[in-house]
Parts: sequence; C-alpha cells; structure tokens
Amino acid sequence: MQIRPILAALRRHKAGTILIALQIALTLAIVCNALFIVHDRIDRVNRLTGMDERNVVTVQNRYVGSTTQFVPQIKTDVQAIRSMPGVESAYATNAFPLRRGGWSTSIQRTAEDRKGEGVSSALYFGDEQTLKTLGVRLIAGRNFTPAEVHSFEREEAPAPAQVIVTKAVADKLFPDGNALGKVVYYYKGKPSTIIGIVDKLTVPWIDADFMDNVTIMPLTFNSTYQFFVVRTKPGQQDAVFKSIANTLYGTSRMRVLPDKTGVRTFEMVRSKAYEADRGMAILMTIVSGVLLLITAAGIVGLSSFWVGQRRKQIGVRRALGAKRSDILSYFLTENFLIALGGVVLGVILAVGMSQWMFTHFEMKRLSLTYVAAGVAILLALGQLAVLAPAMKASRVSPVEATRSV
Amino acid sequence: MFSYYLQLGLRSLRRNPVLTGLMVVAIGFGVAASMTTYSVFRATSRNPIPQKSDVLYNVQVDNFGPDNTEKGEPPAALSYLDATALQRAHKAKRQAITYPIGISIIPENPSHLPMQEGGYATGADFFPMFDVPFVQGGPWTADDDEKHASVAVISTSLNNKLFDGGQSVGKQVNVDGRLFRIVGVIEDWAPQPLFFDVPNTGGFDEGAALYVPFNRAVDLKMPNNGNNNCPKDPGEGWDTYLHSECIWLSLWTELPTAEDARAYREYLTGYAAEQQRSGRFNWAPNVRLRDVMDWLAVQKVVPPESTVSLIVSLGFLVICLVNTIGLLLAKFMRRAPEIGVRRALGASRKDIYAQFLIEAGTIGVAGGLLGLLLTGLGILGVGMVFPERIARLATIDPMLVLMTLVVAIVASVVAAFYPTWRASLVQPAWQLKSN
Repeated sequence: MQIRPILAALRRHKAGTILIALQIALTLAIVCNALFIVHDRIDRVNRLTGMDERNVVTVQNRYVGSTTQFVPQIKTDVQAIRSMPGVESAYATNAFPLRRGGWSTSIQRTAEDRKGEGVSSALYFGDEQTLKTLGVRLIAGRNFTPAEVHSFEREEAPAPAQVIVTKAVADKLFPDGNALGKVVYYYKGKPSTIIGIVDKLTVPWIDADFMDNVTIMPLTFNSTYQFFVVRTKPGQQDAVFKSIANTLYGTSRMRVLPDKTGVRTFEMVRSKAYEADRGMAILMTIVSGVLLLITAAGIVGLSSFWVGQRRKQIGVRRALGAKRSDILSYFLTENFLIALGGVVLGVILAVGMSQWMFTHFEMKRLSLTYVAAGVAILLALGQLAVLAPAMKASRVSPVEATRSV
Repeated sequence: MFSYYLQLGLRSLRRNPVLTGLMVVAIGFGVAASMTTYSVFRATSRNPIPQKSDVLYNVQVDNFGPDNTEKGEPPAALSYLDATALQRAHKAKRQAITYPIGISIIPENPSHLPMQEGGYATGADFFPMFDVPFVQGGPWTADDDEKHASVAVISTSLNNKLFDGGQSVGKQVNVDGRLFRIVGVIEDWAPQPLFFDVPNTGGFDEGAALYVPFNRAVDLKMPNNGNNNCPKDPGEGWDTYLHSECIWLSLWTELPTAEDARAYREYLTGYAAEQQRSGRFNWAPNVRLRDVMDWLAVQKVVPPESTVSLIVSLGFLVICLVNTIGLLLAKFMRRAPEIGVRRALGASRKDIYAQFLIEAGTIGVAGGLLGLLLTGLGILGVGMVFPERIARLATIDPMLVLMTLVVAIVASVVAAFYPTWRASLVQPAWQLKSN
C-alpha cells in the first residue's frame, strides 16, 4: 500500500526511528532470555520426586554426648514416633529427595574395577517402612523384611545383601529388563541382590546428571546425624508437626533439633530446596514486565511527539481527501516497519546473548519458541503502544492544513 | 548562569509532566535494578581479607591422579597424609590445617537443652594468620598444638549464651561430653566469602562458634562436618581412614613475599615428586598454590544467579537509557523554536549545551532519588530472590547511595548528549522564519 512513502518519511527522522528500533531489539533480547530462564526454573521447581509428598514430616536430629552407640537410641526414637497418634509410618535415614545432601556411589555389574561401566546412584538408608512412608510404588519384586535391616558404621562401605533400586537404575544396569534378582556391586567384593524395583524416586540433590538413580538399602547408620521421615494420617500432619519434637525430647533430651531445619513438613523442604530457582523466576518476571512497560511507554512518547510534529502534514493529507482510517493505518504501518527492523536485530541479539550465557554460565540454549513468542509480543506491544497517538493523529482536522502557513 | 539554567530546566520539566515522569521512572527503575543486583554481586565477589589476600595461600596436591580428577585440577582439599606431612615440614611463616566439625554444646544447667553450633578444628597459627579479632584472651599456642591440649577459642555469641557475655577465659565448655578450657573469645568473625572453607560452605555461611586444636580433634575422632571425597573405599576404622586417600582437610599458609611463595611452590612440587618416586603417586607432580582471590575465582564463589541478574539488570539500564534518549530527543526538538529565538538573541552553542545538559541532570537527580527509594525496596526484597545466606550480605551503605545517585545523574547526562547536540544544531534564522 503506502510503504514507500512511509520509508521515505522515516528517512527524515532517522534518530527517532533508530532509537525505537534499538529499544525494541534490546527489549526482545532481554525479555526472550529472561522468560526462558523463568520457564526453565519453573520446570525445575515443578519436577516430581516420585514421592507422595502430602502428609510427610521430616526431622533433622543430632545426638549429643560422647557415646559411639547410636543404634539403640535410633530404634527407640523410631518406635516412639511410630506409636504417636496420627502417624502412619516412619523410619530413620541419611537422606531423602530435595534434602540437598547425601551419599552417592557407583554401581557395577562385576566385582572388578572396569572404568566407565558403573552407574551412579544415590543411597538412601531405610527399613521395611521406607516405601510406605515415601509413598513410592513397588513395580517388581518385594519389600525388605525387618530381619534384613542391619546397622553399619561410619567408616564402613554400605553394601547390604539386599537392595531396592529405582526403575532408572535397573534399566541402565540391565537394559534387557531382567534386573530383578541380579547381583550387583556397590563396593568391590561385596555383592548385593536387587530384590525390588520402584517406579520413580529422585536423588537428594536438585542438580545431578543422574536424578532418578536411587538405591534404597536396609541399613541403620550408626551416626550422630539422623533424619526421621514420617507419614501422617490424612489431616493429622499439623498435629504431628507440632508434637513430634516433644515426643523425641521425651525419649532423650541429649539431642539437637535445629531451629530452622529441625522439624519440617515436606512442603517446607520443597520450598527451601527451590528457593534460588523461585527467586530467579520472580526476578526475571518482574524485569520482563517492567521492561515491556517502559518500552511501550517510550513508543507512546516518541510517537506522540511525531504526531505533534506532523499535524500540519496530516491536515494537508486530510484536506486532500485522506480518510481517518488512512491516517490511522499510516501510523500503524510506520510503527510496524520500525518494530520489524527492531525485532530482526533483536533476534540476533537474543540468540547471541543466549549463546554467551550458555558458554559462561552453563545455562540451557534459548529455545526458538521463545524467540518467536518474544517477536510476537513485541510486535503486538508496538502496535498497541502506537494506537493512542495514531488515533489522535487520525482526529486531526483538515483545517490544520491552513494553520500558521 | 548555572542557577538560571537550573530554573529553566525545572520549569521545562513541569511543562511536560507525563514525558518527564516517564523519564524519571525509567531512570529510577533502571538504576534501582542495577544497584540492587550490584549490591548482591558486590557482596559475593568482594575481597574478604583485603589487607592480606595476596600473602595467604591455599595448598592443593593431586593425590587422586588423572583418572579421578577433572581437567587436571587437583582436588579441592587434602588428605590427612599430605596435610600433616606438609605441616610438619614448616616451610611457611604460618600455616594451619582446618576442617569443619559439627558440635553440640551441653550447658552446665541440666534443664537447658543442648545447642548445636558450627566449629572448626585448626592450628594455633589460624588466628594471627587470618587477623581474627580477639575480645578476651588470645589464641592457643603452638605448644598446645604439640601437646594435643584440650583448649578452645569461642565466639562472642557463644560466650553470651554460655556465660552471659562475662569473662570466660579459663572456664570450661562441654563439647559433646568432653571438656575444653577456653583460652580466648573472638568477635563473631565470619569474613564473606568464607575464603578458608569454600569447598564446604560454597563461600557463604555464618561464622563458627568454637575452634579447637586439630590434633586434639583427631584424637577424639571428631568427624568432619564437610565434604569427604574418597577415590576408593577407605576400609574400616578411624586410623585406616586417616591413612587413606580420602580428601577432607584444607591447608592455608602465609608467605609474606613473592620469593617465599616461589620457594614454597618449589617445595610443594618436590614433595609431590617424592611421593611419585616412593610409588604412592604414579603421575607427575600436580600441585597448586593459590592466593585468596585466585582461590575464590577457581572455586566459582560468585553464584551464577548473581552474575546473570547483574547482567540482565545492566541490560535493563541500557534500555532505560535508550528510552530516555528518545524521550529527551522528542522533548528538546519540540522546543526548536525556543532554541532558535535564544540563538538569534545571541546565545552560543555552548550556552545551549549547558542549559540542556543541566535540564537532563535535573531529570537524573529526580531519577536518582526515585532509584534510591526503589533500591532500598529492592534490597529489602533481595531475600525473595536470593538464598538467605547470600541475601543478608546485600546492604545499603553510603557508598551504594552515592553510586546510585552518581549513576543516575551520569546516565541521564550521557543520554542527553545526543539530543542536546541535535538541539544545538537548530539554525536560528530558519526557526525564526518558520514561526
């Protein structure tokens, strides 16, 4: 339609054109990357642990005093928790999902040390109530029996006769799907038999390249540090949460339950684990929102100025028979052309910025969907921002043509 | 002239409240975002011990070998074998082996519950080496180290909890059932980043409440409360563990001159070569001696969140500036007739420059004040974005206030240069004619 005259007119106010295009380009680059970071973080925050997280309470406990025999006290404590009203099941462990600290080792199919053959796995110590408490689903084999649970010392290598592994571990060790009943080696020379396979359970860390590789071992760790994981009956979580510290102090006062991390519901564990990710998502959302607003405001400001500057020309055009819609579409088209130039530059900047963050901060590469979405958002925003000034322009009366000539 | 231009500037700001408001808001937000994220970045990247950071060195010896290390970097900690051998050699002015211990303090009053505290097992040199400030008594002596004495240095906070802040040197403290004699009380000392224990804390942590001699802690088999990394199963028992290749200790040395550092590095290489000759290492010496800032950089103490958000905020500021350039251009060019009149009446280009840059400066001041307010809010809200151990380090100080204002004013004046230049080009005759 009238693209050529618009381009000719744009050449008359290069500076403003370049500034708007530049602003759109920079905004696109930042907003694409920021929203991609938001998406990536939200994905992480929403990752499943494989647990039934409702009605779970965790306790971080440290025994004090000079004893080196903690196992009897652990048993007393677990028993006391299990007999609390409102408690469905409980066990003592070294770690659980989202705890962000724990034990990992490599599992091998043979007793010899062959490089590159092992499968990394997190180790969770527990007993016959572990599966029930975590709410994970056994898809093959059987659970531990109480007789299979043994204690082991700090400096020992944990390698019990029976283990339960996640499906991810089973599939990686035995791709043919016949992992059940097989012997594997956690530490050279000590064989363990896979007696059960659970559907899904994640490692204690939020960043690991083996998120679903977990082994549950029927072991009680003779250590001053213990975690108790408790499943409460539905609706009883708050009551158990409030009374569990007193129950434990009732069996022995020689312990410390830290203020912030001593007793936590699993919601609290989850929220703490993803604190930094959630923060980053909030920050990037705010930045993107404010950026879009400022860019829109900038377009409104400059376009209004142009409209004011060109009132006389608009009047002349109107006097020569241009309809209001012609004026409106002139400004909309002009803005669209500028924005188009901006987004072309912006796409290059966005990809470049993402590439730079990829190499320097090990971030994921920007997905093209985000670039496309960003382009659409900015083009729409540009049109929306110019709408009011363009409407104002379209209302300029043909009489203006005669003014102050 | 300055005050006249200032008046003109203020008047013109009032004439266009929406446009002016937009610029002030843009500058304010841009500066506030940058300053808030900068305050976090500054906290995470600062030098924790500026007076000595270039004479304190962390020691690394590769006892894992090329099969168990990444990119040739030796492990971040030392084995007991290496740490104690290097310590015995006494090749540095000062040196101390350190590891974190998780301890519980059992109060004398049996009706009080035990308290969990952070602690370190270390050597007598730790305190003078790191300029740890004492409020009572002093560090234990090298002799105490030799004698495996049951002595302790505690923090002011612990002193307040146990002894109501009174004189406590000579008194005893019950650590997990074992008594230690207090020899000194230090201020609550926790340089951030916590450079001497980066592998276990990530660099940010509250300070420890209690320090005890390393030799005594090892006698008592006090377990390491930090990372423990073994290339293979260490076997059973504490003594086996001590003689294993598991890494869990840090060794810091003070080497006052570059010559000392060079000599120590040579010694370290010689030590590793000797281990190779004796058959313990079957690889060439791979050692590192890094000063504080080097060590913090290699350990990547500045969290990626901090850097990324700073970069994004700076991008944000740039966009706000581009926006301001555009708006100022619109504002100044609208006043072309006025400029024409002034030029025709004898104002020089320099006068036009002065007038418009001062006008932009007033926008900068307004933006800076808004930015200051928003920075304050931002820093209050930092806790929503960064983990608490990092967020609590972001603070407003006079330096940050000054920077916020300076950045805002400089940014708006810089943004004003192009529009002002365009304004100064206005031809007096042409403007007069067209009006």
